[in-house]
Amino acid sequence: MALAAVPGSVYPQRSADPNGVRLYFSQQPELAAVLDSLQLFDVYTSVWFSAIYILLFVSLVGCVIPRTKVHYNALRAKPVKTPELLTRMPVHQIGSKRVSLEAAREVLKQRGFRVAVQGNSVSAEKGYLKETGNLVFHYSLLAVLIAVGVGGGFSYSGQRVLVEGETFVNNLASYDAFSPGPLFFEEELQPYSLTLNKFNVLYDLQNPANLGQPIDFIAEVTVSTTQETSEGIVRVNHPLPVPGANVYLTGNGFAPVITVRDGEGNVAYTGPVVYLPQDGNMTSIGVIKVPDANPEQIGMISFFYPTVTELESGAYTSIYPDPIDPLLTFNVYTGDLGLDSGIPRNVYALDVSDMELVAGRDAPNPALELRIGESAALPNGLGTVSFDGLLRFASLDVAFNPGGIWVLIFSFIALFAVVISLSVVRRRVWVRIGDERIEYAGLARGDDEQLEQIVTEIKEEIEGRSA
Amino acid sequence: MNIVLNEELSQISLLFVSAAMGFLSVALLLFAFQLAKLKDDPTETRFEKVGFWVLGVATLVLAVGVFLRGIAANRVPWANMYEFAISSALMILTIYLMSLKVKGIGSVATFVTGFTLVTLFAAVSLFYVEVKTIMPALQSYWLVIHVVVAIMAVGFFAIAAGFHIFYLIKDAGWGGVIMSRMPDLKQLERIAYRFNMVGFVSWSFTLIAGAIWAERAWHRYWGWDTKEVWTFIIWVVYAGYLHAMATRGWSGRRAAWLGLIGFGAVIFNFVIVNLFFKGLHVYSGL
Ligand code: HEM
Repeated sequence: MALAAVPGSVYPQRSADPNGVRLYFSQQPELAAVLDSLQLFDVYTSVWFSAIYILLFVSLVGCVIPRTKVHYNALRAKPVKTPELLTRMPVHQIGSKRVSLEAAREVLKQRGFRVAVQGNSVSAEKGYLKETGNLVFHYSLLAVLIAVGVGGGFSYSGQRVLVEGETFVNNLASYDAFSPGPLFFEEELQPYSLTLNKFNVLYDLQNPANLGQPIDFIAEVTVSTTQETSEGIVRVNHPLPVPGANVYLTGNGFAPVITVRDGEGNVAYTGPVVYLPQDGNMTSIGVIKVPDANPEQIGMISFFYPTVTELESGAYTSIYPDPIDPLLTFNVYTGDLGLDSGIPRNVYALDVSDMELVAGRDAPNPALELRIGESAALPNGLGTVSFDGLLRFASLDVAFNPGGIWVLIFSFIALFAVVISLSVVRRRVWVRIGDERIEYAGLARGDDEQLEQIVTEIKEEIEGRSA
Repeated sequence: MNIVLNEELSQISLLFVSAAMGFLSVALLLFAFQLAKLKDDPTETRFEKVGFWVLGVATLVLAVGVFLRGIAANRVPWANMYEFAISSALMILTIYLMSLKVKGIGSVATFVTGFTLVTLFAAVSLFYVEVKTIMPALQSYWLVIHVVVAIMAVGFFAIAAGFHIFYLIKDAGWGGVIMSRMPDLKQLERIAYRFNMVGFVSWSFTLIAGAIWAERAWHRYWGWDTKEVWTFIIWVVYAGYLHAMATRGWSGRRAAWLGLIGFGAVIFNFVIVNLFFKGLHVYSGL
């Protein structure tokens, strides 16, 4: 199992690092195809990993059940018959004075041993809890595996990007991406809506080495259910419970408010556009598609620099993640956006294969540049574009996994049980009151440094009591 | 929110860490002399005694260094590789000095001292970063719990690894007279087992606490992130070790190797995974 998990950390995994996988495919397409056929990019959901998982499960069951029977019988049985030759035991001592069987029985009993008097000897055993702990531990591992499997089945997680002021209504259509477990059913989604009122991002402005490091992200939201409306806060590490799930904050960025008027002066697009951050200083890329523009469709690839500065090469970059001196630039395309073909398109990418670059680097006209409140004319009488305001967006994950709590409970039981199992020592002690001599003997499961001393103590205590 | 970082204080902390390295070097020399002396006179323990005093001083000085780093960064001092390394070194030394009552523990003094010295050296020369705040995903009390216990586990595993190494050397018949004056094989094995046992329990807890924290920060308790995978691998290897110890015929050399493989994975998890693999946990700060 451990070995099987290794490739998952060597090769990028689709679940954790989809870009890494894409990169792999573009750099080494042949090798990638081979690796992919072995499911090495999806190790943890692969057929062979599941097979190992099931094998582990079966072997655990196979181990635990027979041992449970043995242990159950051991718990009910009397301590073993006193061996004939106690001298063979790892610890063997000869008593120095006569004692009674009754004294031996009492002392051992008081020390928590399970005791049986057999003829002229007492047989005692202690530490059954070791095996009990061990079994509970292995059963808990089984329970963890079950909880992971079943919980994963009913689980779901959905992602939604929400701009300040926007509201999200909890149904399947509202999610940008949704990954249900195999047993998910739509009624699990309970009705509520969530509005992002304000999203505050705090950066370090004080410490030179640390300038621009994010300190906190705080999303102020309003959650409305059929019964009530309440205010809440989602922060990193502090998910907000909503009906039937938790809401997590997983990403952030800017959403400049943009209005595009077409060549005929009609508003062809207006609203906030989600720009995806590209670096720590929030240089971001956004795509604006204006299919309703007349006479021609317009597409724009736009860059946003919250605190802009010009590099020597003439290119722009952002040097601070907060909008101190924000600038938008636009590369403008015209032609067919390809939205009518019925193929679903990624809203964050512009397919320029049927389009012509009319403004931008290496284009007839320079890229457009706008600061907040400004507007500019698009080339060739295509219309105008204006930068009306700046909002932030939050990437929210809504996730539900009913298995989690059970995994947690059984993990803690397992932990507790393993501590007991490892710390309890199983020991057998015998006292035989023979005619010539009195023998004391001890045996432990595994090695036990203290056995000698414990047998000595028991001997002295029994002799003390008989005196 | 007002966080004040203090890089100058961190430099002072670095001085303490360096001084601790000096004391460790002296202790290492003394322990080495002790080993050499064992050859002529098995009852001679003067070097060892002084060595432990010097080791104690090194630990105190290092503790000051780690503490100052925490003050300088205004948070717990284990949020990047440098800090994790110095805190681990401190933890190993502390656990070791607190275990001095265990019979035969002195035999791995050279290993423990040498190992922490190398750790600190790597920390100071390779991993040092200026004090920074940590990203919001790491700002959680689970950071404190999860990492403290992880460092503890590493400490116990490290000391056990020392015993595994001496076990294997002795078992192979190397080291001549010096090794013959060491505790016997059975005892080396037993001490290693004790430390690994505590290490395993701590590591299990680390795993659970990590999952709870992941659930809070990233919406899933387990995501097969690189670091999670390696944490799991280490856990399974040590579980395998415990099984080996419980199975007759599997203890001894094979168990010692399993323990060493486990500790190798711990170091791998720390150095290689942090530096070269991609994942949410990558926090080297480099
Ligand atoms: C495959 C069948 C398995 C068998 C036959 C088995 C058997 C055993 C036995 C006999 C012990 C007792 C050790 C002692 O008496 O000290 C033990 C302990 C242990 N087992 Fe398993 N086990 C199995 C699966 C697993 C698995 C899959 C794991 C987790 C990776 C695991 C983890 C442990 C741990 C950590 C211990 C030591 C703690 C204790 O003694 O309770 N076992 N196992």
